[in-house]
Amino acid sequence: MHLDILDQYRGGASPVHRLDPRVKLVCTVAFILVAALMPDGAWGGLAALAALWLAAALFSEVPLALLLRRGLVALPFALAALTVLFTVPGEPLVALSLGRLQIAVTDAGAVRFATILLKSWLSVLMAVLLAATTTFPDIVRAMHSLRVPGVLVAIIAFAFRYLFVLGDEALRLLRAREARMAAAPAGGRSGGSIAWRAQVVGQMAGSLFVRSIARSERVYHAMASRGYRGELRWLDPPRAQRWDWAVAGAFLGLLLLIGIVARVV
Amino acid sequence: MTAFNGHEPVLHVHDLHYTYPDGRQALRGVTLHVERGEKVALVGPNGAGKSTLMLHLNGILQPQRGFVRVDGLPVEKKNLPTIRARVGLVFQDPDDQLFSTSVFEDVAFGPLHMGYPADEVRRRAARALAMVGIPDFGPRMPHHLSVGERKRVAIATVLAMDPSILVLDEPTAGLDPRGRRGLINLLRDLPATMLVSTHDMRLVAELFPRTIVLDAGVVVADGPTDAILADAALLEAHGLEAP
Repeated sequence: MHLDILDQYRGGASPVHRLDPRVKLVCTVAFILVAALMPDGAWGGLAALAALWLAAALFSEVPLALLLRRGLVALPFALAALTVLFTVPGEPLVALSLGRLQIAVTDAGAVRFATILLKSWLSVLMAVLLAATTTFPDIVRAMHSLRVPGVLVAIIAFAFRYLFVLGDEALRLLRAREARMAAAPAGGRSGGSIAWRAQVVGQMAGSLFVRSIARSERVYHAMASRGYRGELRWLDPPRAQRWDWAVAGAFLGLLLLIGIVARVV
Repeated sequence: MTAFNGHEPVLHVHDLHYTYPDGRQALRGVTLHVERGEKVALVGPNGAGKSTLMLHLNGILQPQRGFVRVDGLPVEKKNLPTIRARVGLVFQDPDDQLFSTSVFEDVAFGPLHMGYPADEVRRRAARALAMVGIPDFGPRMPHHLSVGERKRVAIATVLAMDPSILVLDEPTAGLDPRGRRGLINLLRDLPATMLVSTHDMRLVAELFPRTIVLDAGVVVADGPTDAILADAALLEAHGLEAP
């Protein structure tokens, strides 16, 4: 049994797949930046960003339904923005009363909430598209090539590799616990008190931590055995072609235009 | 055992002692040597000091007494980069050995950190993967491979460094019969000097002309595998079983 949530790559040979990973990474980050800077209620700007994403998604030949479904992971996080519905001053739309407390959903609050929701959704969709069309080693190499600090690149690469291993280890621990969750034949309540159960879970987390520490030492030995001397090296991706530069220029230009127009209008 | 007719063996361990910080004496004077082209089994019960010995062979642990030489070169701090290129240490758990995001990255790690240029790194990685019979595994994720495939990749990661000696820890542990058979064939066909620590006595009988028995931190027997496997008293005294 394996944990596979992180493996989002979908093989393919579309123009988007073949694009230089650095171009894709820069374009994705720029897209997210422009989306984040959209003013409240800039529906036109958001629509333009959505169109840009749609164009990229169509070129990638990855099924749209798949991308949209993966994009939904953003929604629960957007709930954190729920409070702006009530806290932004404006005309009340709906008034709620909780006991003696009066709260109202304001029009400005509703606009801001909808904007935040769309922004975060679009940002996640773009990241999902990047992950679906670029292998993780390529993303890591692109980060290194773009001078992202080495420690950060290494942490991201190792997290990607070992989250699977840790996830599998956690699954095994959980299964070992389940295998011993039994009831006495005479009946009676099984499972123990809440405090006892919490203790069991705490011990499992501790055990996972201790195993991870031990593993990190073995991994370090394996790295040292193969010539690691404190500095990780990566092969650079091949040189970007004229086509890559053209795509990067066009995409970033469009983003800039959308960003400026949305601010001015 | 100390006369080498004027040449140095690939691996020369002499009177090696090591005590862990908690006071446990793991090695109490290990002496052994491995000649070029030899395939040698290292057997002994758990806690005999096999793993501790292996960690000394490329300088992850430093000798407290005695010495280790590889191709005549003493294992000490200033030689470590060279030593680590010459001793291909393959750890038991492939999840420790394979720490990169793809098979290619892992196999390329050694040559890349030895300082080879990109073309040479790619060439060596391709050659090593071909040697272990999985030439087109490069883009795959270690996580998605079977245990047997992971062991092959783990061996390829050190073959890419062109070592003088392969040192393997429990290569058949955790393998199903088919995976085990595939690995045995691979080890038999690899034209490399190797020292293999194992509990798999059938593997020892099949693959290794020479066996070294380690127990309680010392070499208690070193000779032809046939003779050692025929010595029931010796095997029983050190918790081993003939296949």
